[in-house]
Amino acid sequence: MKKDYITIPLKEIRRRKLRSWLTLIGIIIGIAAVVSLITLGSGLKNAIEGQFAALGNDKLFVSPKGNTFSPGLSIDAVSINDDDLKVVERVQGVRRATGFATTTGEVEFNDISRYFFVWGQSTDPEDRELIGESQNYKIGVGRVMEKGDENKVVLGWEHSQDTLFEKAVELGDNIVVQGKKLTVIGFLEKIGSPPDDRSVSIAIDTYEDLFETKGELGLLIVQTEPGEDIDVVADRVQKDLRKARGLAEGKEDFNVETPRQLGAAFTTILDILQVVLLGIAGISLLVGGINVMNTMYTSVLERTKQIGVMKALGARNRHILTLFVVESGLYGLGGGIIGAIIGIGFAKTVELLMQTFVGPAFLSISIDTSLVLGTLTFSFVVGCLSGIAPARQASKMSPVDALRYE
Amino acid sequence: MTTKMLIQLKDVWKTYTMGENKLDVLKGINLDVREGDFIAILGPSGSGKSTLMNQVGALDTPTKGKIILAGRDIATLSESDLAKLRGQKIGFVFQQFNLIPTLTALENVTLPAIFQNMSEEQRIKRATKLLTMVGLGDRLHHKPTELSGGQQQRVAVARSLINNPGIILADEPTGNLDSISGKQVFAMLEKLHAEDKKTIVLITHDIHLAKTAPTIVYLKDGIIEKIEKNGKHHRP
Repeated sequence: MKKDYITIPLKEIRRRKLRSWLTLIGIIIGIAAVVSLITLGSGLKNAIEGQFAALGNDKLFVSPKGNTFSPGLSIDAVSINDDDLKVVERVQGVRRATGFATTTGEVEFNDISRYFFVWGQSTDPEDRELIGESQNYKIGVGRVMEKGDENKVVLGWEHSQDTLFEKAVELGDNIVVQGKKLTVIGFLEKIGSPPDDRSVSIAIDTYEDLFETKGELGLLIVQTEPGEDIDVVADRVQKDLRKARGLAEGKEDFNVETPRQLGAAFTTILDILQVVLLGIAGISLLVGGINVMNTMYTSVLERTKQIGVMKALGARNRHILTLFVVESGLYGLGGGIIGAIIGIGFAKTVELLMQTFVGPAFLSISIDTSLVLGTLTFSFVVGCLSGIAPARQASKMSPVDALRYE
Repeated sequence: MTTKMLIQLKDVWKTYTMGENKLDVLKGINLDVREGDFIAILGPSGSGKSTLMNQVGALDTPTKGKIILAGRDIATLSESDLAKLRGQKIGFVFQQFNLIPTLTALENVTLPAIFQNMSEEQRIKRATKLLTMVGLGDRLHHKPTELSGGQQQRVAVARSLINNPGIILADEPTGNLDSISGKQVFAMLEKLHAEDKKTIVLITHDIHLAKTAPTIVYLKDGIIEKIEKNGKHHRP
């Protein structure tokens, strides 16, 4: 197409500055929403996949059914216990297995009492390492729990701030958990999610005393032998555990999951959420398109005489049609460019805020060139489509009637 | 007469229907426009001048009768072919100038050439030459709002010539101009007729202006009253 069919409409758009801006707003909002949602969504997905990838491909998780990897929420009647752990430890291809228990407990410090997740963990160094890896826990200040640390506690990062008890907890301080006085020996590194950053970790024996449980575990963490296929080991764990618990195939009351499956569960939820949000963004884009159509109808009406003149000067219907469709498409493209810039800017701002206030691992955004190009093409097409009806009206005018129009 | 026939109107009727009323605006017009003619169509307002111009300019089709443009009956042409033919054969000059406000003088002059697919280089060269000819060589990049009425009409004259048409159809070209600018524009049309052998059809209600044309067609109530040639009277 000759460039005249772009420059002429462009001049027309630039002449009506205010109206053009108003027309663009709808498209800008729609595209900005689409771009920022997709960018943020995939950023979140990247972060989640990154987290699960960090777990390594040699770990399995066994949890009671109806409770997918959400420790502390296990109100289910079913539970996993020490016996199950022993079964799993014996499965061929399993190098090591451990478990931990978790529930909500009362924590008292500085005369303030609050409720947080309390974790009961093995004090065995290898078990602790396995848990630390699988939960992404690292000691920030102080030391880890050792054998014989029944009266000690390791706290999440936020306890070292003054936000929870109006006063920061320090190493060596005593805090009261479920009525028992424990000495703080370490703080975890900042993780970025409040439940983790407010956690309270104690030895499993202390946990069982305080919460009056025996052998109950919320989650088993299983490490496979090097070189073993994780999916094969997962099948074996499933089979052996089913047998030990006396259940029929397909009637399992527990889940055996690999990091990949866990990640997939999260990303599926995220995908659904994203589709819903994109649907809403799509509506705003539709409204934007209707807005462009409205402007184009007005524009055609106002320029009726001009259309008549062009026709008298030899413009054919398709010339007029092209001029108006391109004008409309340029509204779409212009709105798309500005919207994409705003959308990316917004996503980047959210990323910065998240990294500053929540944690570095929470969101990692990358700008997808094909997404940007796709969005711009889409917005141009939306613009063109919105302009087709008005442009057809313009092109079909009889030259005489159009010329006579004042 | 051996000169080539450019436009021929044969018993052209134009009837407008408004509700139940039918209004005959043109009633059996016969008019030949030949190469090299300079015809002034003179008539008071309401005489059907503009309607006649639309017919002569192939902007409209008659209710009854035939219009032959460049040897072809326009009724047989598609809208698209008619537009193309119009762009090639006829240059329009309007009373209201009708320049595109967003385009510069140069761009306005090149516009009809875009529709005829003339190359950019060629049309800019030609438009510059034409604008220089009408005395606006130093106003190429001015928008219509930056030009006086007389200058705008000169741009319109240059525009009418860009595709090198045989006929210039000027509808009250001096009607919106002061007398000096009006004379300039009219002199330009006379020059185009005399030197470039363009065929001119001038539509006007100004008898003094019409008198300067070699042929005067008197139009009244949709019929041609008389045709005056070089002072001699011809009954239609």
